[in-house]
Amino acid sequence: MSQKVLIAMSGGVDSSVAALLLKEQGYEVVGAHMKLWDYVDVGADIYKDGRCCTIDSITDCRLVCDKIGAPFYVLNMSAHFRDSVIEDFVSEYHKGRTPNPCVQCNSDIKWNTFLKKARELGCDYMATGHYARIEQLKNRRWTIRKGVDSTRDQSYVLWGVSQDALANTLMPLGSLKKTEVRDIARKHELRTAEKAESREICFVVDDDYRRFLREYEEKRKERSFIPGDIVHEDGRVMGRHEGTEFFTIGQRKGLGLTHPTPLYVKEIDAENSRVIVSDNDSLFRDELIAEQINWVGFSPIVGRNPCGFDTGEASGSDSGARTFNADVKIRYLHIPSPAEIELLTDQSVRIKFIDKQRAITPGQSVAFYDGDILLGGGVIAG
Amino acid sequence: MEQIYLDHNATTPVDPRVAEAMIPFLSGQFGNASSVHQWGRDAKVALENSREMVASIINCKPQELYFTSGGTESDNIAILGTAARFKDRKKHIIVGAAEHPAVLEPAEHLVDNDGFELDLLTVDSEGFSSADELTRLLREDTFLVSVMHGNNESGAVQDIAALSAAAHEKSTLFHTDAVQSIGKIKVDVSELNVDMLSLTGHKIYGPKGCGGLFVREGIKIAPLFYGGSHEKKRRPGTENIAGVVGLAKALEIAEQCREEDFNRLSKLADYFIEQITQKIEDVRINSPRHNRIPQTINLSLTGTEGESLVLSLDLKGVAVSSGSACTSGAVEPSHVLTAMNIPAVEAHGAIRISMGRSTTREQIDYVLAELPPIVERLRELSPIYHKK
Repeated sequence: MSQKVLIAMSGGVDSSVAALLLKEQGYEVVGAHMKLWDYVDVGADIYKDGRCCTIDSITDCRLVCDKIGAPFYVLNMSAHFRDSVIEDFVSEYHKGRTPNPCVQCNSDIKWNTFLKKARELGCDYMATGHYARIEQLKNRRWTIRKGVDSTRDQSYVLWGVSQDALANTLMPLGSLKKTEVRDIARKHELRTAEKAESREICFVVDDDYRRFLREYEEKRKERSFIPGDIVHEDGRVMGRHEGTEFFTIGQRKGLGLTHPTPLYVKEIDAENSRVIVSDNDSLFRDELIAEQINWVGFSPIVGRNPCGFDTGEASGSDSGARTFNADVKIRYLHIPSPAEIELLTDQSVRIKFIDKQRAITPGQSVAFYDGDILLGGGVIAG
Repeated sequence: MEQIYLDHNATTPVDPRVAEAMIPFLSGQFGNASSVHQWGRDAKVALENSREMVASIINCKPQELYFTSGGTESDNIAILGTAARFKDRKKHIIVGAAEHPAVLEPAEHLVDNDGFELDLLTVDSEGFSSADELTRLLREDTFLVSVMHGNNESGAVQDIAALSAAAHEKSTLFHTDAVQSIGKIKVDVSELNVDMLSLTGHKIYGPKGCGGLFVREGIKIAPLFYGGSHEKKRRPGTENIAGVVGLAKALEIAEQCREEDFNRLSKLADYFIEQITQKIEDVRINSPRHNRIPQTINLSLTGTEGESLVLSLDLKGVAVSSGSACTSGAVEPSHVLTAMNIPAVEAHGAIRISMGRSTTREQIDYVLAELPPIVERLRELSPIYHKK
């Protein structure tokens, strides 16, 4: 009997084609749309097209599944998504950090709740339309390799996925380019073939996270935004702000300051409700601490990595070399930069870049690579 | 793969005899019942013959029966239409806690938008309400009580005559949603002693989109729609003649085989319940043992999720539902089971099996074979279930 796979479908062209390819590869495909949020909860325009979690998107999934001969279900995970992803997103901003909700969603919703649902339905695998490749390395570790289409690579937001989850996941688009995916969709006359890209954060439908935060807290009335000073790093008070939540490191626009030279947000001091600004040069740093580390292709516990770089001696948990070199990516659109990674504890590392990096942002993810192999990742603490 | 449909409380296939009765009115006799010419007269005669047929079965006068688009519309007219007549004098409504959303939501709408007050009549662990409690809830300004005859999820059949007597004692109107009971058990408006009653065709092998509302003569209700004199202005809109003919035919057939179906499906349900409780541990039958629409079996499989049960059975070709079809997909446990005080863990693992005229012993045996391994798998994955 053929193997059964539950594929997460957003209603976009990528997951549509992924479902089709799995079917062609002989899997018994079951499609599912994760209903993650409601316009009632997130605000903005219910009639706006091209977003996931809308009735239109669900209809697209449904008709694509009908076309390829797969059953299709809507799985309502909105309560869990709200408590896990949206709540984390909001509370991170309150702590003066800039979150990556997609990372949280991947580790807690897709590769946890959804995978469990796949198992409950008797599926052998779950699948997604990510442009990334899952492979098992010589050291038996499961890893994610960047997708062939470097412009679409989504490995950065996948660092939090567990080994068990990767071993049970299929990503059929990893070796394709976006243009090829569209061509396949057109050839099979899938109704999602020409559908626009989804961008940014799915539940912030107008890409205005500040509007989202305001509305979210207005409804709940649990936390408020505390106004405070905008302070220059040299100590001068430059102006006022309505809440540190509305700022992010490196931000220039929207500060409302008059100053002869451009000023940027250098630091967010949520505790004292201060936003610290500086000139551009002060945004560059060569070191960061990352926490909540998850190892993907590399495990310092196992020791020597398989990927060709030198970690010194086989590092046991408390002896031997505690550093290795990798390329480190600090935000979604950042080009990975060479650095030395020092293991501090099981859960934290210090990263020293060879070249200084601009706007290292607490709350954002770091991902470590050896070439196109994802070694692991974590969250920037400071 | 075998395809077994066990979701007859959601909807049923149209009986071929019903379809046959409808066909002439789709093309040949297509007239508008309001027209004066031959086509119109033919349509009007079919409409009124159908009305007489349905009226005679539920034991009302033909002029007391209004055709609608189905159960939801009938419930809405009964509640909102009555509220509109009373809104200046009486602002209190009582509905059952386990009602269909077609009753609950219009009642809540009255509270949210028009300053009405709502009390819910509780149900016990088997789904039954007490006339004594209703008496306690009734107020001088209660204008309407609405309690479902046969519950869509639990199958519990309420003692409507006792409840309506309690309402009438306080001169309050009584409505019942008989969408799930009509054609399956005896529905007689006089015995039930109700003032209004909703019914629909598609649960009894009739077409979707056609139902009826009985309104006792002399009771005034406001329409929801305006735009014509159809159905004595209570439900304007060109009549769905084919649908009405189908509804009448479906009800006629249902009446003819009602007792036979009742006996056969009761036995089949007893067999299923006996077998499933032997084959699977920790099964809770949520439907009442007696006073039940026999083909409805609601059961909880502790340590599973109803959604996963339904989807897993679907992948095996078996169609059942968790909660009612309108609400499944939501993660909240069914409000009906919650109202019955069934613990959340058990309510989450509930499914509804609703058999029908075509259900066979072999089909039930297939489910009895497929369900245990699914339950075992889900329990193995469950963080909360520990085998005894």
